[in-house]
Amino acid sequence: MTRAFDEMNGGGSGAIRDSYRTLAAWLENAPADLLQARSRQAELFFRRMGVTFAVYGDEESNERLIPFDVVPRIIGADEWSGLEKGLKQRVTAINAFLKDIYGAQECIKAGIVPADLILTNPHYRPEMQGRRPPGDVWCHISGVDLVRTGEDGFYVLEDNCRTPSGVSYMLENREMMMRLFPDLFAEHAVRPVEIYTDMLLRSLQASAPAGAGADPTIVVLTPGPFNSAYYEHSFLADKLGVELVQGTDLFVNDDTVFMRTTEGPKRVDVIYRRIDDDFIDPLTFMPNSTVGVPGLMSAYFAGRVTLANAIGTGVADDKAVYTYMPEIIRFFTGEDAILQNVPTWRCREADALKEVLDKLPELVVKEVGGSGGYGMLVGPTSTKAEIEAFRAKLIADPDDFIAQPTLSLSTAPTLNGGALSPRHVDLRPFVLSSPAGVRVAPGGLTRVALKEGSLVVNSSQGGGTKDTWVLDN
Amino acid sequence: MRIRIDHSTRYAYARPARFIVQMLRLTPRSCEGQQVRDWRIETDVDARLRRGEDAFGNVVHSLYTERPTDALTIRVTGEVATVNTGGVVRRGQAERLSPIVFLRETPMTKPDAAIDDFARSIPEGATLGRMHALMGALKQDVAFEVGSTSASHTAAEAFAQKRGVCQDHAQIFIASARRMGVPARYVSGHLSRQDGQHDQDAAHAWAEAWVENLGWVGFDPANGISPTEHYVRVAVGLDARGATPIRGTSYGGGHETLTVALNVRPVQQTQQQLQSRGWP
Repeated sequence: MTRAFDEMNGGGSGAIRDSYRTLAAWLENAPADLLQARSRQAELFFRRMGVTFAVYGDEESNERLIPFDVVPRIIGADEWSGLEKGLKQRVTAINAFLKDIYGAQECIKAGIVPADLILTNPHYRPEMQGRRPPGDVWCHISGVDLVRTGEDGFYVLEDNCRTPSGVSYMLENREMMMRLFPDLFAEHAVRPVEIYTDMLLRSLQASAPAGAGADPTIVVLTPGPFNSAYYEHSFLADKLGVELVQGTDLFVNDDTVFMRTTEGPKRVDVIYRRIDDDFIDPLTFMPNSTVGVPGLMSAYFAGRVTLANAIGTGVADDKAVYTYMPEIIRFFTGEDAILQNVPTWRCREADALKEVLDKLPELVVKEVGGSGGYGMLVGPTSTKAEIEAFRAKLIADPDDFIAQPTLSLSTAPTLNGGALSPRHVDLRPFVLSSPAGVRVAPGGLTRVALKEGSLVVNSSQGGGTKDTWVLDN
Repeated sequence: MRIRIDHSTRYAYARPARFIVQMLRLTPRSCEGQQVRDWRIETDVDARLRRGEDAFGNVVHSLYTERPTDALTIRVTGEVATVNTGGVVRRGQAERLSPIVFLRETPMTKPDAAIDDFARSIPEGATLGRMHALMGALKQDVAFEVGSTSASHTAAEAFAQKRGVCQDHAQIFIASARRMGVPARYVSGHLSRQDGQHDQDAAHAWAEAWVENLGWVGFDPANGISPTEHYVRVAVGLDARGATPIRGTSYGGGHETLTVALNVRPVQQTQQQLQSRGWP
């Protein structure tokens, strides 16, 4: 395999890329064991703060620290402004798409997306047909996963439109880096990512239902401490200065949501919910859910509470719908997509399936409903037996899969046993939408595949994180 | 004909429930085959009712009690004038949902291998004929037996034991029809029985399938016929869960005991009354 594009060293000419010049010089002069010492310090801090991540299906290490790499990933001002435009365009289109799917369905009538793909999609919620959330905003919070293959080659790997997580790592990583490397910050003009929580608060306030008043009551709704992202839920509530609640802390009366407080019930206007659609209201969705709020959907339908994100947004981040995103963006914005999709075979189409089966060992195959790196095949790093087992699954249910070429993800210098080595990275920026507009926090979560050669960056699969620096002009 | 319905559902709680929230799908709407008149919902304790409509077109009331409650009775009464449309449902208003939505699999109607085989055993042909064949085969294969299943039984579970009640027949029909590529949905409602049995233990349920050029057509596989003027449609859904007459929860009530009293009977009417209402 040819060497991947490196964020610091570029495409192989050997010249350090502009945005990395200062860092490269600093690294050159840093004492040999400095990085390792800081790295150990970081781990200690994180452990003390209790920043953990529970991995499903891993009984041994229920609460694990996500490895943190102290070498920042740097994005230049011009690079970022291109990304930012592309992200805003994409999320604007996704909101318009959701409004349309649950409204007039013009994009189905125009043949942009097949009706059955949408209407029989498990994440399409028929209950939402004909509903309009305040300001027609559906995806208040989106996380868009980007990968890079070259100087100008950014691709969207997937959209996360339900309850994207990871933003707490973006914020914690920055705090940690400022503590560990104040000198490095002094030498760089790094844009502040910590404004994210303020942006989020304003965004949620602007999304409140009509009649909520100037100071709407906002809460973060969590399934509880057993959820893998509970730490993030409590972190965000704390930073936003709002209550962290569980389903049992809320109740619905007269189509209005209330929170129990020591001073009696208090009306709730906006719920930043980190509970999936299926579990959010046992009287409308899964009846055995104990983490939801009975009757919540009645208040929602009556327009008396905002749910962020809206119910039914999962249909926009479905991996099969993803393949139509370039057409969706053109249809709703009238422009070509600024950020490209990874070329994708839809295995539901017979010709595509044949091609995929022919080159299975070279491809990445993903389950359309899967997430977190589960249920996928990375051809080049799989054994013959694994590939054959996957082939059988693929033939049995082709509709459930998409396939993509194995991209040569960019690498970034990463601390590894005392020395720096290139490791593959991706980037998840967070995009906020409200009736007041679409905004992107200047930064994101850089995930890094710590195993040499590995392309899987998911934390559940042994990935780590880095601080992401967006430079100012 | 005119059908009078008196339907009471009583919840008794082990301890007084501080608060009760319920979603009621108890109110039928008018469509070509049925005209709803004098429909009322009453509760025997103070409660707020908010009327809304869901995406399936059902009238939904949310019910909230006002004070601690030992027992709650929800009573609906009313009269519906019906005509026989041969099971064809022509709605008075546009449907919000495309028929394609009713090809969705749900946990209650997910077909297993046995239902797959059963669906495959129905001969090819025009949709209407196939749906009648499916209904006939189902009535043959699955015995009607009160108490053989519970409300949480899935289509596959009921089909495996070859016994069930109207809910199971309807859900197996739906699972099979969807497997055959025909959109199908669940209907909860009432049946005015012709054997003089006006007092009934439970409400009725059947299915509707989407037939090109006809629209939604009803099939009652428990009785092996398409609905007639003896049927009153109340709510539709993707499965039994979606069309459940009452879904609710109580805070602090503990174990609840449910009792249903249902009386469905034809109303005698004079020729003059019929004519004044413009019915044939």
